[in-house]
Amino acid sequence: MSGGPLTLHVPEPTPCAEAADFSRLHLSEAGQLRRPAVDVEAGEIRDLAYGLIRVLDGEGRAVGPWSGACTIDQLRAGLRAMLKTRAYDSRMTMLQRQRKTSFYMQCTGEEAISCGFQSALQAGDMNFPTYRQQGLLIAQDWPVVDMMCQVLSNEKDRMKGRQLPVFYSAREAGFFSISGNLATQYVQAVGWAMASAMRGDNRVAAAWIGEGATAENDFHAALVFASVYRPPVVLNVVNNQWAISTAQSVAGGESATFAARAHGYGIPALRVDGNDYLAVRAAACWAVERARRNLGPTLIEWVTYRAAPHSTSDDPSKYRAPEDGAAWPLGDPVERLKDHLIGLGAWSEARHVQLKAELDEEIGIAAKAAQGFGTLVEGSKCSPASMFDDVYKLMPPHLREQRQELGF
Amino acid sequence: MSSLTMIEAIRDAMDVMMARDDRVVTFGQDVGRFGGVFRCTDGLQRKYGPSRCFDTPISESGIVGIAVGMGAYGLRPIAEIQFADYMYPAYDQLVSEAARLRFRSAGEFSSPIVVRMPCGGGIFGAQTHSQSPEALFTHVAGLKTVIPSNPHDAKGLLIAAIEDDDPVMFLEPKRIYNGPFDGHHDRPVVPWSKHELSETPEGYYTVPIGKAAVRRQGTDVSILAYGTMVHVVEAARQSVGVDAEIIDLRSLVPLDLETIIQSVVKTGRCLIVHEATRTSGFGAELSALIQERCFYHLEAPVVRVTGWDTPYPHAQEWDYFPGPDRVGRALTRLMES
Ligand SMILES: Cc1ncc(C[n+]2csc(CCOP(=O)(O)OP(=O)(O)O)c2C)c(N)n1
Repeated sequence: MSGGPLTLHVPEPTPCAEAADFSRLHLSEAGQLRRPAVDVEAGEIRDLAYGLIRVLDGEGRAVGPWSGACTIDQLRAGLRAMLKTRAYDSRMTMLQRQRKTSFYMQCTGEEAISCGFQSALQAGDMNFPTYRQQGLLIAQDWPVVDMMCQVLSNEKDRMKGRQLPVFYSAREAGFFSISGNLATQYVQAVGWAMASAMRGDNRVAAAWIGEGATAENDFHAALVFASVYRPPVVLNVVNNQWAISTAQSVAGGESATFAARAHGYGIPALRVDGNDYLAVRAAACWAVERARRNLGPTLIEWVTYRAAPHSTSDDPSKYRAPEDGAAWPLGDPVERLKDHLIGLGAWSEARHVQLKAELDEEIGIAAKAAQGFGTLVEGSKCSPASMFDDVYKLMPPHLREQRQELGF
Repeated sequence: MSSLTMIEAIRDAMDVMMARDDRVVTFGQDVGRFGGVFRCTDGLQRKYGPSRCFDTPISESGIVGIAVGMGAYGLRPIAEIQFADYMYPAYDQLVSEAARLRFRSAGEFSSPIVVRMPCGGGIFGAQTHSQSPEALFTHVAGLKTVIPSNPHDAKGLLIAAIEDDDPVMFLEPKRIYNGPFDGHHDRPVVPWSKHELSETPEGYYTVPIGKAAVRRQGTDVSILAYGTMVHVVEAARQSVGVDAEIIDLRSLVPLDLETIIQSVVKTGRCLIVHEATRTSGFGAELSALIQERCFYHLEAPVVRVTGWDTPYPHAQEWDYFPGPDRVGRALTRLMES
C-alpha cells in the first residue's frame, strides 16, 4: 500500500525568467455561455462558475445572450470613466513619486470592473470596497479633488489625514470606509444587506475582495451568512492573478475557480471576463436585479489582470516576468471597449485621443487645486489636535489630558 | 564578526537554524518566492527548497494554526505575519491554542513556534501598518514576547526563540530594519554599519530570552525602553544631559525584573517609554512592578511616555510618535520632581 514518502505540494508559479502560462485560465468563447433567468437556482448554473462570460469577441463585436445590456451612451460613459480612472491613477502615482504623499495604489487593467459595476447600482446602495475600486467613485463623477485631498492628507481631506492614501470613505456615494485589514468588510457587506432586508428596504450591498484575500476567515463567514439569510448582496471577487508577489494558485486557484467556492454554500455564481466592459455590466445588472428582487446573493468572480505594481512600495520585476502582462489573453479593457465603439461607428481614434487629452487636463487642473490645500509634506493639514477626535463620540477625560500634553 | 542590518541579522538567524536543524521551517505571505515584503526571508526558499520556506494563502489564522499543528508534530515553525497590525485574525489561534496547548494537555503537546511580525510606526503606514500590539501578547499566559533593538540582539534572540519550547512572539520594529532610528525623522538615515551593535558573530549564538541589557550605566534616573525607543531615549538623554541608566528590556515576558529593580533602587527615578498606546500598555505593568518592589527607594513618581490612546494617524505621524522632544521634556520634569 505504500506510495513512498509523502511530499508537500507547494504551488509553483511560473519562474520570473519564463513567459507566463495562462493555459489553465478556463476561457470560453465570447457569446458561448447562456444567460439564465435571474430566479435560477444555484444548482442549475454550476457550469457558469467554470466557464467565462464574455460579450466582446476578437473583432470587438458584441455577441451572445449577455450582449445588449448597454446603450451607446452608456458605453461611451463607461469608456470615459475608465479613461478618467486611468488618468487619475497616473497623476496620483506621479505625485507619490514627487514625494507629495507617502503611498498610492493603481487599478490599471481592472477599470472595467468597478466602472461597469457602479453603473448597475442605484442611489442608496452600498459598496464595501477594497483599495482597488476607485472606479466606483469616478464612474459616478464623484469630485476627484475630494479624492486627491485624501491621497495628499491635506486640510481638506475628509478623513482628516488619518488614513493611508486611497483609503477613501464617501457615504453619500455608497462607498463604505475602506479598512486596511483584508476581507473584514466582506462579511460586513452581508450584515448591511441583511439589515436592508430586515427593515423592508430595497437597498443592495456589494462586497469586494481580491482573490488573495479570499483565504481569510471573513470571506468564508460571509458566504455562510449569505447562504443562510439570502440577503441582497453581490459578492465580488476580483481575480487579478496576483496578491503582491503571490500568484492566484497560492490562494487556491489551482484547484478550483474562485466562483466555484459559492457552490458549497448553494450560492449562484458567475465567472466573468473582467476586461470586457459589456460583460461586466451585463453580469452586474443580472446580480443586482437578483438582489433587488429578493432572490438573494450572487458571487461573481471577475477575471482580470493587475497590470501595475501592487502599490508604489512594490517592485513586480522581482517576482513576475516583464512579458507576463503582454501574454495576458484578455487584453486591455479600455482598448477593447474603444474598438467596439469604433466598430459600431460610435467612436473614432481621433475622438479617443481628444478625450484622453481632455481628461488629462481635467485631472491636472484638479491635482493643482488639491495641492493648493496642502500635501503630506507641505502646506496645511489637519491639526495634530484632531487625532484625538472621533476615537469616541465624546472625548473622555484621559484623551483630553493627552491632547493637552501634546500642547492643544 | 560582520556588520549586518536588522533584516540581514534576522535572515541570518533563520539561515543558521535551517542549516543546523531540518525541523526549522518558515512561511507566510510573500515569504517564499519573493523573500518577504521586507526581504527577511530572501534567498531561503532557493537554498532550502519550497517545503521549508514557502508562500501561504492570505490567512493569518491559517498561518498560526498550521504552525501550531506543525509544532505539535515536532517541527520548529517560524511563521511571519506581514505586519503586526494583521495578526488579529490569528489571535484566537494564539490565545486559545498556542498559548495553552502545553497547559491543557498537561505537557503532552506543546507549541514550539515563533511568530515574527514587523511592528511600530515611523514609515507613514497609518493605522494599519504602524501598531505595537505587544501588550496583547504579554497579557496572555503561555506566550513569550521578545522585541530586539539592534542586529546583534535580533539574531541571537531569534535563534533562542527558535530553540525555545514555548511559543515566542518576535516583534521587529520596522523603523529600525535599516538603521538605528533615534526619532529625529528630519535628519538623514544613519546606516546600521555606523552602530557597534550591528557587529554580529558569524554562525550560531544566542542572546538569552529574559535578560535585559544595560545600554548605558547612569546614576540619576533609570529609563526602561525596548525596540526603536532604545535609540530615541538615548537621543533624548543626550539633549537633556542627564546621567541616565538606559535599560533595553529585549524581552517583556519573561521580564528581567532583577536588572530593573537594581537600577531603580540605585537611581530612585524611573522613566518608561514605549510607542504603543498608553492605557493598559506594557508600561502600566512595569510601573506597577516598580511600585510594588521599589516604592521606598523612589524619589519621584514613575513617569510614562507612550503613544497616545488613539489609532496611529497618517499625516500626524510625528505628533503621535513619542520622539526625543517628548521624552526629553518628561526626563526634565522627572529630574525636577
Ligand atoms: C489581514 C491582512 N493581512 C495582510 C495584509 C497585507 N496585504 C495587503 S494587500 C495584500 C495582497 C492582497 O491581494 P488580493 O486580495 O489578491 O488583492 P489585490 O491587491 O490583488 O487587489 C496583502 C497580503 C492586509 N492588508 N491585511
